[in-house]
Amino acid sequence: MAEPLLEARGVVKRFGHVHALQGADFAAYAGEVVALIGDNGAGKSTLVGVLSGVLAPDEGAILLDGAPVRFAGPQDARRAGVETVYQDLSLAQDLDAPANLYLGRELVRKGVLGRLGVLDRPAMRRDAVRAFAELGVTLKDPTVPVAALSGGQRQSVAVARAVAFANRVVFLDEPTAALGVVQRARVLETVRRVADRGIGVVLISHNMPEVLSVADRVEVLRLGRRVASLRAADTTIEELVGAMTGSLDRGDAADAATLVAAPETPLERPQQEPEPQPSEEEA
Amino acid sequence: MTTTETGRPPHTDTVTARTPPLLRRAAGVSELWTFLILAALVVFFTLAAPGKFFTAYDLTQIAVNAAIYLVLGVGMTYVVITAGIDLSIGSVLVLAAVAAGEWNIHHGGAGAGWGTVAVCVVIALVVGAAWGALQGAVVATEKVPPLIVTLGGLGAALGIAELATGGQDPADTAANNLQNTLGYGKLLGIPWLVILAAAVTLVFGLVLGTTRFGTHTFAIGSNPAASRRAGIRVGAHLVKVYALMGLLAGLGAVMWLASYGTTSIAGHSTDNLKVITAVVLGGTSLFGGRGSVLGTVIGVFIPAVLSTGLIVIGVQQYWQDVAVGVVLVAAVYIDQMRRRTRERS
Repeated sequence: MAEPLLEARGVVKRFGHVHALQGADFAAYAGEVVALIGDNGAGKSTLVGVLSGVLAPDEGAILLDGAPVRFAGPQDARRAGVETVYQDLSLAQDLDAPANLYLGRELVRKGVLGRLGVLDRPAMRRDAVRAFAELGVTLKDPTVPVAALSGGQRQSVAVARAVAFANRVVFLDEPTAALGVVQRARVLETVRRVADRGIGVVLISHNMPEVLSVADRVEVLRLGRRVASLRAADTTIEELVGAMTGSLDRGDAADAATLVAAPETPLERPQQEPEPQPSEEEA
Repeated sequence: MTTTETGRPPHTDTVTARTPPLLRRAAGVSELWTFLILAALVVFFTLAAPGKFFTAYDLTQIAVNAAIYLVLGVGMTYVVITAGIDLSIGSVLVLAAVAAGEWNIHHGGAGAGWGTVAVCVVIALVVGAAWGALQGAVVATEKVPPLIVTLGGLGAALGIAELATGGQDPADTAANNLQNTLGYGKLLGIPWLVILAAAVTLVFGLVLGTTRFGTHTFAIGSNPAASRRAGIRVGAHLVKVYALMGLLAGLGAVMWLASYGTTSIAGHSTDNLKVITAVVLGGTSLFGGRGSVLGTVIGVFIPAVLSTGLIVIGVQQYWQDVAVGVVLVAAVYIDQMRRRTRERS
């Protein structure tokens, strides 16, 4: 396989006595949807935080196009073309969709007015409408505050923002958790389309069928380490759950990092239905 | 900078924004309701006291009374939009006035020249802005809520002013040059105080409504965490906003000295409440994220019109305090209700 766009090698992150990541590895490739799964507390959020510049790793390396980088903050990562859609969407509810799309990188007018920081609202609105249209979303009125939009539309605003600016990697943290069936399908379709543009898409999700349907590859975290990297086409829900819960654990991190194809049969089948219930359609 | 994608199909045509009917749009603007209240008051007093209210004299008087509160209100609008509050403005005004006044006393007194006047103005502005920036820096640490930071600032600023003066308003704090121009002077019949306040309002209204600085102010009040993730330097922005508030309190000190010729150390303890009332009446949300300078203008004029109007129709003007109090609580109640229904949708 080609060189990864974004890679974590042996990342360690501690919060006091809690070792959230204990030498975690991860790789995202161009044009690929990779799902990052793991049980609660496995270190998914911490790993995403480290890779998107929110958290600084204690040990280990982050490589961007094969070269080591150090993100001083999320802006740094964004400048490198790495965008994140946070689970809470991270929108300014009182601002309209175009202002949210350009939050922190507003377009200003040309000339003296621009020097004074006067915004180019028409251009921002035009770009925003186009960015939403790409996701198949039509905003009736792009000037209403985001708070007045439906949950699905808000989600689209957050996704559109990340996709519009990402040219390397997009992290999507539980992007469909709050969505209804139709909107969920649309977001997954978008995920696919973004990857087809040559961007690496990292999908953090609890929903196993969803993971298997949209991802090319699945990386499994357990206790702060990568325990498996599986091709989605060759794996099953049982296998993923086995890796997540440790019944498949090889124990050795170095060994686990090189594990690409999983063993044919898990040692132990999980007793209960592993898949979390998809959330109800939002009101 | 534009988006990084170049190969996008231009399908703007299919998704052109539909503009909602003008009326519905207007009804959604919170300033409209406050403006209607103000208009109703003006109509009421004009009918109740024909030929007495709404004379040029009354208007001028209302505007002069409102000028300083308006300048303070503009700064407070920014602070409240960041979901903050500044209780210290009255004390900061006094401190700036005392600092400028002391310089004036020792550099010519009432007969001081223009050079002294200029230095006094700069001193008042710098003292105000520095005090505000200091409070903003503490607020930006997010360890102490703005309410407490500025409550402490209220006491400390007033205490320093009283230490410097022994608690008595000193004489000769304002030069005649300042009083005869900014204080009583007029341009085409409009007092300079009013022109200054209008200019400040216009400039900072535009900054809030049309610039990146304004947008970041709203964003921080809306969602500080999201603003930080979006690369906005939230702490630095808060320092600027509180410094702006302090700067305008310093300008208020200059206007006060020009208008009344004294520091009035004991006379500013309720400035904060009056100004916050005006800002909230104007539709700015105490919970941050929403508001406008235009609304604050209306909010400043409601109490001003009420007190003048009540005097003109011969009702005890203390009713004004009762009326404003009731309207204030109602305004916040409505704001809360709107927020709830919005979040439920």
